[in-house]
Amino acid sequence: MRNFQITIQLRCSDKEMTDDILLQVNDLHTNFYTDEGVVKAVDGVDFFVRRGETLGLVGESGCGKSVTALSIMRLIQQPPGRIEKGQILFENQDLLGMSEEQMRQIRGNHISMIFQEPMTSLNPVFRIGGQIAEAIRLHQGLPKGSAMERAVEMLQKVGIPDPETRVKEYPHQMSGGMRQRVMIAMALSCNPKMMIADEPTTALDVTIQAQILDLMNKLKEDFGASILLITHDLGVIADMAQSVAVMYTGKIVEYADVVELFTLPKHPYTQALMESIPKMDEPVPEDMMLRTIPGIVPSLHDLPTGCSFQERCSQALDLCGKKDPPLIEIGPGHLVRCWHYGQR
Amino acid sequence: MIMLSDLRRKQLRAFLRNRISVVGAIMTFLILVVGIIAGSLSPYDPLDQNVYDRLTPPDSEHLFGTDSFGRDILSRVIWGTRISLSVGAGSIIIGMVIGSLMGMIAAFEGGKIGNAIMRVVDIMMCFPAEVFGIMVLVVIGTGLDKLIIGLGIVMTPRFARLAYGSSLSVKERDYIEAARALGAKRKRIVLSHIFPNILGEILVMSSLWTATMIRVEANLSFLGLGVAPPTPTWGNMVREGVNQLTNAPWMSIFPGLAIMVAVLSLNLIGDGLRDVMDPKLQG
Repeated sequence: MRNFQITIQLRCSDKEMTDDILLQVNDLHTNFYTDEGVVKAVDGVDFFVRRGETLGLVGESGCGKSVTALSIMRLIQQPPGRIEKGQILFENQDLLGMSEEQMRQIRGNHISMIFQEPMTSLNPVFRIGGQIAEAIRLHQGLPKGSAMERAVEMLQKVGIPDPETRVKEYPHQMSGGMRQRVMIAMALSCNPKMMIADEPTTALDVTIQAQILDLMNKLKEDFGASILLITHDLGVIADMAQSVAVMYTGKIVEYADVVELFTLPKHPYTQALMESIPKMDEPVPEDMMLRTIPGIVPSLHDLPTGCSFQERCSQALDLCGKKDPPLIEIGPGHLVRCWHYGQR
Repeated sequence: MIMLSDLRRKQLRAFLRNRISVVGAIMTFLILVVGIIAGSLSPYDPLDQNVYDRLTPPDSEHLFGTDSFGRDILSRVIWGTRISLSVGAGSIIIGMVIGSLMGMIAAFEGGKIGNAIMRVVDIMMCFPAEVFGIMVLVVIGTGLDKLIIGLGIVMTPRFARLAYGSSLSVKERDYIEAARALGAKRKRIVLSHIFPNILGEILVMSSLWTATMIRVEANLSFLGLGVAPPTPTWGNMVREGVNQLTNAPWMSIFPGLAIMVAVLSLNLIGDGLRDVMDPKLQG
């Protein structure tokens, strides 16, 4: 971890590079205090997002992806959750040091969020237009009429046909894909610098998924926003992201640019994930079985000592059961948390 | 909401299909009209005493008969409508506004504030409505305004509990988190995101509880804690009639019937509303 911070500092020594970084998360720890004990949902996470870049955050369910996103927005339910320590620098300001009032100015305005479930993320008793206009009026102080015009314009931008009629409709009159477009319109309505998309396409069927991803890519270019894309779908990452961070049990285990991660995955977990993707151009394995990663994700209540992936790892060493490996840089911008890559 | 949303319009149509509830609504409307135009409807002054005509059974001159002071029962029932409805509606509105706010704030804030509010509510809920009403009225005194305020206080914890439960589930919905992620203020989330979503349940219970309040007012008047005589309310009329029940049963029967009809009508509306608003019955 220390190594990684040094890397970031080295890279940031250059003035131009510092300006280039929009969001930087340093050593973030978020815990949940439950009846069964303390759960370290996010356990020392570092990453940064450049301006105009899409960073993919991948991992299995329960590895802390969403908690990381909610921590950045400071939307962790407290209790039971608590951000223990760390820094979340957004344009060099620490979000964790801000008052609730300052934070409200950031949310929806500079950083906006797209949620996983478009079916439930819109308030059923309000018209679409009113919900989009709400954010615009809140942050830009526009009068109702102009906010509504802007809402229509936003709906057009996200490719909803006949936006003048659609603004007057209720969420239940729209399909899932349409609603996710509305969510994206809401998220972009105040020209945010950063969008956090928490599994934006998981609840949609495959064809709609592709449309929504295309739309997000296009709008990212148009608006010049950065995206933190949270997903468990490596295919989505390959389509969208420039850099990827792979998370496992609250920690980042590998961090690399997208081409490098897909061609030369280093961490045994990443390698196993890649192997478990069925490939069209390879012969079907003889036993006709799809590859999987053996075992299950260890419970966050009861993590093993040492590397938390050791029990499922095909290449585990003796050392893995004793000490947790640090995140070390093995190539330019490529970091791995594994004892196989030195630093014993 | 002045303009009806599509959902509400659909619900209204479903409500109108329910014949019995429509009957309840029409009856409630008629009772309301009687209360409003009581002055021009009642054949006699409700306070006018006439000792020569005391305790006359119903006849063409006094349709509902007269009481022990010779006052016309029909006129008194008509004027009593106004009082009983004011008490029912007034106390429900007070209880609904304060109680819903308490419940929504407790649910949304949670933690110590929520706990503090709900424990106070629990303590108030320990007592049956009548007993609690007696306690409040003994403290703040009697009179029509005090009765309305007192019964409003009695209803507050019931609305608070109802709003609390509904808000707890609404609060966990994704759109509340989405609103927070858009930077909405807490006040705005409670009033414009949570409140409209629990309004249906609150309205249903309001109509049912208005009927309860008319009944409680009658009971309290019966015990002498409601509106003081000679002002007629259905409750104190029933009470006055009890002494003469064997020789002039009409003194209690007619105001009693009025209570029954009003409570029944409101309950029919409440039942219809519940069927319409129950999300489980919506396709």
